[in-house]
Amino acid sequence: MSVTVKVNGVSHTLDVELEMPLLWVLRDELGLTGTKFGCGVASCGACTVHVDGEAVRSCVTPVVSVENREIVTIEGLAEASGAKAALAPIQAAWIAEQVPQCGYCQSGMLMAVSALLKEKPKPTDAEIDEAITNVCRCGTYPRVRAAIHSLSNA
Amino acid sequence: MNIKKPTRRGFLIAGGLAGGGLLLGYAWSGPSRLSLQDKEAAQSEGERFVTTWLKLSPDNVLTVYVPHSDMGQGVITALAMMAAEEMEADWTLVRAEQAPAEQAFANESLSQNFTDGIAIPSILTGINNAAWYGVAKLMHLQVTGGSSSVRWTGQHGMRVAGAAAKDLMIRAAARRWNVDPSQCVARLSHVHHDASGKSATFAELATDASGLSPLSNPVLKSPKDYTIVGKPIPRFDIPSKVDGSAKYGIDVHLPGMLYAAIKFVPVFGAEVVSYNEAEILKRPGVKKLVRLPVGVAVIANNFWRAKEAAAALELKIDAKGNDKRTTASIYAQHDKDIAAGDSAKDVEIGDAEAAMKGAAKLVEATYRVPYLAHACMEPMNCTVWIKADGKAEVWVGTQDALGTRGRIADVAGLSFDDVTLHPMPLGGGFGRRIPVRKGFADFPSDIDFAALIAKEVDAPVKLVYTREDDIQHDAYRPAVTSVFKVALDAQGQPVAWRNRYVTKDDPAEAAHIPYAVANQSIRSVESPTPVPRGPWRSVAHSQHTFFTESFTDELAHEAGKDPFEYRRALLKDKPRHLAVLELAAAKAGWGTPLPKGHARGIAIQEAFKTIVAEVAEVSVSHTGELKVHRVVAAVDCGRMINPNTVEQQVESGIIFGLTAALRGEITIENGAVAQSNFPDYEMLHMSDMPSIEVHVIESGAELGGMGEPATPPIAAAVSNAVFAATGKRIRELPLKKHDLTPLSAKLAQAAE
Repeated sequence: MSVTVKVNGVSHTLDVELEMPLLWVLRDELGLTGTKFGCGVASCGACTVHVDGEAVRSCVTPVVSVENREIVTIEGLAEASGAKAALAPIQAAWIAEQVPQCGYCQSGMLMAVSALLKEKPKPTDAEIDEAITNVCRCGTYPRVRAAIHSLSNA
Repeated sequence: MNIKKPTRRGFLIAGGLAGGGLLLGYAWSGPSRLSLQDKEAAQSEGERFVTTWLKLSPDNVLTVYVPHSDMGQGVITALAMMAAEEMEADWTLVRAEQAPAEQAFANESLSQNFTDGIAIPSILTGINNAAWYGVAKLMHLQVTGGSSSVRWTGQHGMRVAGAAAKDLMIRAAARRWNVDPSQCVARLSHVHHDASGKSATFAELATDASGLSPLSNPVLKSPKDYTIVGKPIPRFDIPSKVDGSAKYGIDVHLPGMLYAAIKFVPVFGAEVVSYNEAEILKRPGVKKLVRLPVGVAVIANNFWRAKEAAAALELKIDAKGNDKRTTASIYAQHDKDIAAGDSAKDVEIGDAEAAMKGAAKLVEATYRVPYLAHACMEPMNCTVWIKADGKAEVWVGTQDALGTRGRIADVAGLSFDDVTLHPMPLGGGFGRRIPVRKGFADFPSDIDFAALIAKEVDAPVKLVYTREDDIQHDAYRPAVTSVFKVALDAQGQPVAWRNRYVTKDDPAEAAHIPYAVANQSIRSVESPTPVPRGPWRSVAHSQHTFFTESFTDELAHEAGKDPFEYRRALLKDKPRHLAVLELAAAKAGWGTPLPKGHARGIAIQEAFKTIVAEVAEVSVSHTGELKVHRVVAAVDCGRMINPNTVEQQVESGIIFGLTAALRGEITIENGAVAQSNFPDYEMLHMSDMPSIEVHVIESGAELGGMGEPATPPIAAAVSNAVFAATGKRIRELPLKKHDLTPLSAKLAQAAE
């Protein structure tokens, strides 16, 4: 079956099963490997992308459900944020705070946090705890929080 | 141990005898270096190796090749800092890369100590007993584990290589300018002769330098002169991890690549009898099925199709009698084996049995910890391409690139030289990604399966584990039981310490105690099960620190003493331990008032030459809800290379250990793992985080490791705090199993 998806501003028409999760369309069909496979059951958030500006866990999102909607992945985050530089402010903050360790969960973390900040530019700790349920096994949580606050205070 | 090796390998060892000089002797004249220079590293005309691990380009950029994997611990940056510091390189001109999986980059310092039979890093203990992995293959080791990178490769390799390279630069310049080398100095990737005003870049001197013999024992800098080491330098790898460009093993994409998923036999030790092959082959994109020792693999043209097809496989299995095993039966087996008393000596000091007879008080307790999965965020994967000409290429994130290369060669029936391995960054490791380790050879793994699958098709195949596969077919931190019997004198001081536990694991000293107890008898008992086991961050320390530090807390309470003061008295002859313990207590405000319902617990352990004490502050609500509010860690790792990554690793180690202490539990039911994914193998989230404070003592002692030592104390620190808050002693993890509702609240509920 043919499906058309618009990812980072570019439309692609693909011959894939309609129920194939967006994650695998991005990774295996479009080669956009910045979006990660972590659990496959929407539990860990490693696969988080934006669909029409909202954080969505792509591992349980059938591709047909996002046809013709605006999908942004980590590869398109800087451009979508309107940043003139190669990095969105949130990515620069991640470098300044030296957040990532193994880094595998960080694409999803950045997508989840950037969606939160769009809605709540100065989130409280409680709001962060509520909204950011991504799993990080390296334990970068304290630095994720510090980086969010550095953006809020900027 | 004196091993004869073929000439080339023998040369490596011989080169390694004079302290760190091993690298240089090898680097300059070893035949491997030439092939390496040609094949792997000299990517543009005019580049020249200064040592095996350092490369100067014509633009004066110094590239440091680091023979370790970065799985988040920042080691590529830290080791480059150590080399650049000694060489007097300009940090803005320094780059670092993971070394290729070539023998030239074997962990020679590890191998040297292996052959000397001394101070073998814990993670490697037992490898030389693995029959399939002969001594001749020792040089294939390229291990990242045992918190060894900085304290072995950095200290004995990078620093010496950098210092020798600086010396070569100075001598080359002195010869060119016809001056005495003592009048030349190296600064910021240049050599200067201040008297004449002459200067040259390192790159300009590289050709001359390469004709000189390197010193085998160059003078190293004094730490007071450091300009790079000790600074919180940003890591090289972070920019690629915030824009999605970092490529992990799972991200490998090759033309014509196929994907594989496995339907596992759930029961450990069971075998496949038959399966519905014809039906599965009809599914879209499915190319082939491959029977494996532990299940059946499906090869398809997209991972999702492979995974869905594997899920649809119906396996008939023969459990071989292994489907009755449960966690309870394993614990019963532990108890039986410990009671049988057939133990191996670990520590025997004095006469513990005799000392118990006249003691004022005997304290006894049995502790347990469950199996744990690693749950690296990047599920296990390995891409193997076995070509028609018998050569193979492998792409994988591994903690032992050379060992993995050797293992693939063995399994695929190829020679070591015919396998090229491309090491990829690791999306977490924690001990999971070491294919060559004690106990592991008995259990085939993802690496083996990738090779077996790739043999069946004429294309690159990427095997990916689902999260369920990863949780249910890991090499688990073993479940362990530990039985204590300790005698106290009239003052409450321990006079005899008896401990029997299953099973002996690495490192050997994990069950030993730092405390001054005159009579000790610590012995281990083997109690094998078919559940695969492997190293898990901090290895045996993760179990024994919970046991010994919780039990020491029990003794303090039995003695009617403050747990911190009790430890202090027992550590009076251990000044470094004492300083760390006291710093943690002071920074945590030990003994100062806390809000109602809050309490503190303390624990200390030396692991991988680094001493860490942690104080946890917890509260338990009237409904029994446990919250960890604050963790204060004090650390003596000798000296910090990069304070930024030291702090990261302490935070990381604490959170990893805390996750296990609060929630981590793999249970066995019907011979198989009962948990399957994050919803039932629970992780901590942002909302669970305590505040974490890290305080470091730079004692100047021998460098200690940093990747693991912060993990061991946290389970005991939290459990001891829970006891202080509730009076409930936690002798079995995880804490979520226990009803912590205070007795008063229960009575009140009952009254209502």
